[in-house]
Amino acid sequence: MTTASDNARRPRIDSEADPSHRVEVQNLDTRVLVRITKMAFGYRWRMGLGIIATIGAAVFQLFVPQFLGRAVDQAHGLLSAASDAAGRAGAEEALFATALLLVGASIMRGLCTMMQNYQGEAVGQILGYDLRMAYYRKLQTLSFAWHDRVHTGDLMTRGILDIEGVRLWTDTGILRMVLLTILIGGGAVILVQIDWLLGLLALSFVPVVGVSASIARLKLRDSWLRLQDELTTLTKIMEENLNGIRVVRAFAAHAFEMKRYDRSSDRALAISHQRITLFVRNTTTMTYVYFMAMGLVLWIGGEKALDGEITIGQLTEFLAFMTILQMPVRQIGWMINSIARASTCGGRLFNVLDLVPSVADKPGAKDLVLTEGVLRFENVDFSYPAWTQDERTLSGIDLEARPGRTVGIVGPPGSGKTTIAQLMGRFYDVTGGRITIDGQDIRDITLSSLREAVGIVAQEPHLFTASVDHNVAYGDPWAGRSSIERSAAAAQLHNYIRSLPTGYGTMVGERGVSLSGGQRQRLSIARALLLENPFLVFDDSTAAVDAATEQRIRMALREMVKTRAVIIIAHRLSSLMHADEIVFLEAGRIVERGSHDELMALGGRYRKLFDLQSQPGDDSPLRAARREQE
Amino acid sequence: MARKLGEAKAPPLAVVGSQTDLDEDLFGRVFDPWVVRRFMAFLAPYRRKIAIAIGAVLVFTATQLTIPLIMRSAIDDAIVSEDAGRELLHMAALLFAGVITVNFVANLVQESTVGRVAQNLLFDLRRAMFSHLQHVSLSFMDKTEVGRLMSRLQGDVYALQEFLESSIFAIGDLVLLVGIIIVLLSLDLRLGALTLSVVPAIIVVRIVWLPFARKAFLHARETSSATNAALAEGVHGVRAIQEMRREAVNYDLFDEKADANLKAHLTASKFTNMMIPTVDTLTGLAMAIVVVVGGEMVLDRNLDIGVMVAFLFYVQRFFDPIRSLTIQYSIMQRAMASGHRIFEVMDVEIDVANKPGAVELGTIDGSVEFRDVTFGYVPDQPVLRNISFRVEPGETVALVGPTGSGKTSTTSLVRRFYDVWDGAVIVGGHDVRDVTQDSLGHQIAMVLQEPFLFTGTIFENIRYAKEEASRETVIAAATAVGAHDFIMRLPQGYETVLEQGAANLSLGQRQLISFARALVADARILVLDEATANVDSYTELQIQKALALLLKGRTAVVIAHRLATIRGADRIIVLQDGHIVETGSHDELMAAEGLYSRLYRMNYASFDDIPAELIDKLSKSERDT
Repeated sequence: MTTASDNARRPRIDSEADPSHRVEVQNLDTRVLVRITKMAFGYRWRMGLGIIATIGAAVFQLFVPQFLGRAVDQAHGLLSAASDAAGRAGAEEALFATALLLVGASIMRGLCTMMQNYQGEAVGQILGYDLRMAYYRKLQTLSFAWHDRVHTGDLMTRGILDIEGVRLWTDTGILRMVLLTILIGGGAVILVQIDWLLGLLALSFVPVVGVSASIARLKLRDSWLRLQDELTTLTKIMEENLNGIRVVRAFAAHAFEMKRYDRSSDRALAISHQRITLFVRNTTTMTYVYFMAMGLVLWIGGEKALDGEITIGQLTEFLAFMTILQMPVRQIGWMINSIARASTCGGRLFNVLDLVPSVADKPGAKDLVLTEGVLRFENVDFSYPAWTQDERTLSGIDLEARPGRTVGIVGPPGSGKTTIAQLMGRFYDVTGGRITIDGQDIRDITLSSLREAVGIVAQEPHLFTASVDHNVAYGDPWAGRSSIERSAAAAQLHNYIRSLPTGYGTMVGERGVSLSGGQRQRLSIARALLLENPFLVFDDSTAAVDAATEQRIRMALREMVKTRAVIIIAHRLSSLMHADEIVFLEAGRIVERGSHDELMALGGRYRKLFDLQSQPGDDSPLRAARREQE
Repeated sequence: MARKLGEAKAPPLAVVGSQTDLDEDLFGRVFDPWVVRRFMAFLAPYRRKIAIAIGAVLVFTATQLTIPLIMRSAIDDAIVSEDAGRELLHMAALLFAGVITVNFVANLVQESTVGRVAQNLLFDLRRAMFSHLQHVSLSFMDKTEVGRLMSRLQGDVYALQEFLESSIFAIGDLVLLVGIIIVLLSLDLRLGALTLSVVPAIIVVRIVWLPFARKAFLHARETSSATNAALAEGVHGVRAIQEMRREAVNYDLFDEKADANLKAHLTASKFTNMMIPTVDTLTGLAMAIVVVVGGEMVLDRNLDIGVMVAFLFYVQRFFDPIRSLTIQYSIMQRAMASGHRIFEVMDVEIDVANKPGAVELGTIDGSVEFRDVTFGYVPDQPVLRNISFRVEPGETVALVGPTGSGKTSTTSLVRRFYDVWDGAVIVGGHDVRDVTQDSLGHQIAMVLQEPFLFTGTIFENIRYAKEEASRETVIAAATAVGAHDFIMRLPQGYETVLEQGAANLSLGQRQLISFARALVADARILVLDEATANVDSYTELQIQKALALLLKGRTAVVIAHRLATIRGADRIIVLQDGHIVETGSHDELMAAEGLYSRLYRMNYASFDDIPAELIDKLSKSERDT
């Protein structure tokens, strides 16, 4: 086991990383915050402007209490002197001037605050945009080995809620902290100069608030983390239940399901309540301490005013200054919450962003150069990373695919057939031996040039919510209408598509018309044929296509296959009987190889499978099995 | 900040994210009495707490209002009129201490009560919705995407939570606003009226601003959901994307969406922040009025200096409530739209429910009978017409027929997923509508075509139908269906956790587990929808063996695709277009030379493979002869 600190130093390879990431998150608290803040300051121009505006807003805000104090003094202090007309006129003039200053300061403060908020939000939004793009790109480059074991719901939570959590902090948190610091610092200087004792009293709440805030921050952070986890669990439970609703109904399991739901829901609610208590206790106490300081100022300040040590105006200034701080003090609570959330969310996000794809271009990787077009497995070993419960491994695989030849791969489930297909497209890396194309190790060439050459028709095709033509042209969105129709025709899908009311414009996928398993597979074949890759791998991609249609597809491909290397993986022997070479895979090893006739003559496993699959007269396995039991 | 799509021209046939319209309104009416009425029902359990919260909000607001008044009295009564100064000052300070303590307690009570009640409400709403979904008719579930339901369960409930929270605080804001106005006017009518003259200005500005701002906010939300939909596609389709090398194209397309989203949010932000200088300017004006007019009044000895100070304090607090009240407007609109969606789900009728007086189905003989059943999903389009048949206890009946002939509907009716339009389904001598759903469920074990497994251990999955099943029972069932060996080969054996629909198992293995699950359920009647041709021959053989075991001693209705299974059945019912066209054993049907024998002789691996036009042709020639 490696420790968290080791992980931080070493590049984290996606296929090895622990998908829950919990341990690592705990240790990255401050580092995450620093990193987010640094990212925000990367937008120098906007942040600069934002900070200048913030300083402006703080300074103009600090003027207001002074002007107010002055106005009070002018009105009150001049009372005695104002009996004569000249004094009176002077007093009025002074008041008017103060009023103008107040309006001016307010306008400036408003403009500065607007700029501060806008720049803060803009930086937050742009940062959110950058993170979103980086996250999207990362997800598209991470290897299958990683995607195999992360929950899609979890990835969505990170991509939506966690980015939001980080964004909010940059958006309002950072500049607000600056504002608060200047207000308190500037206020302290001004107030202490007027009267040091009152100044200190006015600010006496600051350290209390600071300490309580930093304690609350850690606790809140922990509860955010737990809440996020519990809500993820709850999401999984709900999603799964709705997807499997037929099973739930079939077994009358709703009571059990509700119990499962309630267990998680109750836990989430309890954490939620805890968090509210923590949060509320923290913010209200801060406000209370702040008001206490205000009360002290009123009391001691009143005494001093009575003693004539300060004027009523100055007392007003103290109190007005404190009023200005009321909002920011309340906001400290929110800020703490948003810091806690940002560091949790940021940690979860960076855990994905920092992953290094285990399958990636080597430095200096070159594009594939095709000469003869021969793909070779040379003594290939493979096993899945240690975390998987997958025992499927390959050992000592030798294969050769060349243009005009078809290789068939057959074998029992779990013998490693699909793994071979995925190794060809380098969706996983071999753990021993090598795979070459025209002598070039596929790990030395660029992924994009490799995958351009190797087309894989997947076992379980994924349809995108889009029209049929979009789906067929998925690998080449620039494809012309005629080539789309040609591929669809070869895959024996064209007639069906044409029979649909909107033809190739028909929507398929989650919200579109539902296609049968065979139709989906045919669509995925059409998709691969369109690309005209020199190597074509059919990974059990006709299992749901009936034998007759499959035969027609094969006929349609006859011309195409002459110039291409074809690998057919299937468990239905009729799909690959015609192959030039057939290998029989068992437990990751090739145990028989040869043409159909040779293998039949051999009388081994292939022969046995063939017998099993050909119509066994009246002796169906089910009948046999039933007889056996009776 | 190069946020433009690269030089490359966007490919003509590429999009990311869902292309169907978002038919969900983001904003609704400001006040929808139906939604509010339904919402109120959920508030009922918290009536007392909400009353406490509102009380606390009012006390809190009152203390907020009092604080400047205490300052005023400290200044005017104590400091200025120096005589009884110190004593009065001490009293004022003491009063202040009292008021802020009350303020603290009220604050604590209001924040925590409101927060907790709103949180409870959120969980209540979600639970009610989820629980309702457990009972609504499957025809509703069939046509509703899970994603859409999830967004209601997760997104919309938050809008109502927010609504409750902000509504209670809005009461405080409103009271504060009215309170300030009253205090100002009663302290000094003329100065108060003059100061308040800025209020209409802010209201006018807000009214002009609102429609524009709303449009900007709406657009921002729309672009957000479009971006998230595109992200979801990238997450779900990542394998196909990598296999087809669409990463670069999709990245650019995603960038377009994210960029539009960014711009929309920046615009919305401009609208929000535009209000700040307006409000600040008006605040400045109000303060200036107090200083000039109030100052002059003080000079004329028409006003106490303390009142002027109090005015200056109130003016600064003035615009906060106005601001939050206008925000409240959009929160309400959002809540109404969300509430509408939530209650819409909760109002989906439960058309299959226990009848009053429904009986528990006890031990039964296991016969199943359809009496003249007509049924369909869409009115006037029956998929089953006048179907009648009887399955004797212990008999295995195979349902055979082309896609769309009504096989799945028939099995669904046995378990009463839907109610028949006409006729009756009789299980063990009881009309399924007369017995409780749960007791019916205990008599019938179902194996669906897609072997859906839940997140959890293999052990938990096998005893899904019977939570109390012992370890021995589970292992015996797994052994019987031939799943024990591969389960034991997994590192954690029965404790292996299945994630994400058990992607770590092959389809055949999942199927065997679902057989074991049905075996543990130990029901008299088995309803089985056989998997289509997706399993290899080895597992196939294993499955056939397991099936034989599962069928033994049970009544079974099987949607059969494999010829092997069909021939193994005691009786075959051939369905076409919702009618029974033939029935009999394999040998009988072959001898009858009808549709079945023709289909059989075509040598397809499964009847489902046979192209529809071929069947049409066949049945036409059938009718002709």
